[in-house]
Amino acid sequence: MFLSLAWRNIWRNPRRTAVILVAIVIGVWCMVFLGALMRGMMVEMVHNGIATLTGHIQIHHKGYNADPVIENSMRDPEQAFKALEKALPPGSLWTARVRVNAVANNARHNAGVTLVGIDPRTEAKVSFIGKAVSDGEYLKQGDDYGILVGHALMEKFETRLGHKLIMMSQDTGKQIASRAFRIQGVYRAEQRSTEKLYVFVTKPAAQAMLKMGSSLSEISVLLPEGASPAAVAAKLRSLLPKSFEVLTWRQLLPILNGYLEMMDSFVVIWYVVVFVAMGFGIVNTTLMAVFERIREFGLLKSLGLKPGGIIKGVMAESFFLLVIGLALGNALGLISVWALSFHGIDLSALAQGAEYFGMGRVIIPEVHLKDLVTANLVVFVLGLLVSLYPAAKAARFTPVEALGHT
Amino acid sequence: MSIVQCDHIYKTYHQGRIEVQALSDVSLAVDKGGFVALSGPSGSGKTTMLNIIGGLDLADSGQVVVDGNSFEQMSQSQLADMRLNKVGFVFQSYNLVPVLSAVENVEFVMLLQGVPADERRARARKILDEVGLEGKYDRRPRELSGGQQQRVAVARAIVADPAIVLADEPTANLDSKTGQGLLEMMRQMNQAKGVTFIFSTHDEMVMDFARRLVVIRDGQVVDDQIKG
Repeated sequence: MFLSLAWRNIWRNPRRTAVILVAIVIGVWCMVFLGALMRGMMVEMVHNGIATLTGHIQIHHKGYNADPVIENSMRDPEQAFKALEKALPPGSLWTARVRVNAVANNARHNAGVTLVGIDPRTEAKVSFIGKAVSDGEYLKQGDDYGILVGHALMEKFETRLGHKLIMMSQDTGKQIASRAFRIQGVYRAEQRSTEKLYVFVTKPAAQAMLKMGSSLSEISVLLPEGASPAAVAAKLRSLLPKSFEVLTWRQLLPILNGYLEMMDSFVVIWYVVVFVAMGFGIVNTTLMAVFERIREFGLLKSLGLKPGGIIKGVMAESFFLLVIGLALGNALGLISVWALSFHGIDLSALAQGAEYFGMGRVIIPEVHLKDLVTANLVVFVLGLLVSLYPAAKAARFTPVEALGHT
Repeated sequence: MSIVQCDHIYKTYHQGRIEVQALSDVSLAVDKGGFVALSGPSGSGKTTMLNIIGGLDLADSGQVVVDGNSFEQMSQSQLADMRLNKVGFVFQSYNLVPVLSAVENVEFVMLLQGVPADERRARARKILDEVGLEGKYDRRPRELSGGQQQRVAVARAIVADPAIVLADEPTANLDSKTGQGLLEMMRQMNQAKGVTFIFSTHDEMVMDFARRLVVIRDGQVVDDQIKG
């Protein structure tokens, strides 16, 4: 009967109950939806970071990550290939690259770029470039003079498909190496900065130009869903000599990693801030409901109900309000996320700012179970806690004081 | 044998800087099965006396024993248990929980006592029948008249077989006919079941019904007569 009493009590004043429920529903909806939006942004940033050549894990010659010069190339990559065969879980993909800083020139312009020599077949499975070519054609094995450039770079150089582009860099003999390539394809990336930075040629073409022989700059690994980059990287390190370095994407993208860790804390802070705003409403409404019923509490105490019973009764009312508010708020939040999951939110208007943070133009909100549970726990637990104050106030009146209350 | 024994009760209330001596050296004994009215003008201390007997308030000094249980040194929790098991209350107004039906209001005390649901329901219905409210079990207080609400309050007060029933101005908000009907019902309960009733009242009708009249004035018993 106590639960029945609590349930009936919250509907004694339906308008007031509706007001507080709306506050809880909106608060929970904000937590779920905006939390999903933040998570979607983070997922997009990680996805972009990994897809833009980083991969989940990279293997280099030791020191290459700190100083990506041609002297720090892997001269004996066969050891790395053998380690990969032993360490990678089923479903993993990898590709080997040459990657050096270079200067791109044409008749009108020049710019610093990163020259990436790829195996077109394996590269297509690991990074974004396989699906990114929008004009012309993708590289094939044997394309010794074809080059893929980004759309933004092509615009910058005022050139087009089929035109020449000269690449210059330093070779292994510390001499200037240069080669003329013909623009075979143009690619589009999530960010214009990517399009301006990377140019792609075949690996043999890059190795020949830079006199690298069979040396490589990096091996990039893409792991299957659910695999732990840290665990696989540790296994690779145990199989490789100290002349190699094995780094996860978190180590390769430290700014992104730091931002993600900050965002995790920010999500929780966001939840608490929303709750504080909501919590005042809960306390206020519960206090009003309690003070209206002081005489009734006096009656109940005179019948033999102890203060603990009164506290339980008021807490039960808060429990019902929170459960209903959470159910509706979660439903509204999940429906909002589902509705936006088809097309996402287009941030083209904010493209430059979004690019700075490594975000794409379209954000698709994503609900993570951990965030959903955290949001619900914050509201439920803190909601019950703040309800303790009005409940304790109700319990503290003596029967005579309460019965004499007008 | 006294079911209520109060000896040398003193009670003072503090209202800001003003001290009000509500009771001054009041002694009272009530036998089992008594039908007693405490009468006096407003502010005489009769309600204070009733509150002290019922364990709603504690005397500053003196001894209160109800059905062999001394209130001296009882904690608030023990007093609550006393009220639950030994005392029934009927107040002037606001007697019932508005969101509970008549039968649920009557069941409430038995719920606190831990009586099983089936037995609670059966006893509550039976007592409502006895107070003349058969068929009105599921009515909410707002659907009952003032007199009917007071009958539900009386039913709740006696359903758990308390040692005493304390009624504070139970007829104050009722018309004379309804009030008389209520008093007749309570007298019937007193005679048939031996329930001890102690009233606080300044209603002459209640005083007429009482078999013993204790007059309290300015916090002291000035008259105590058993009527023939």
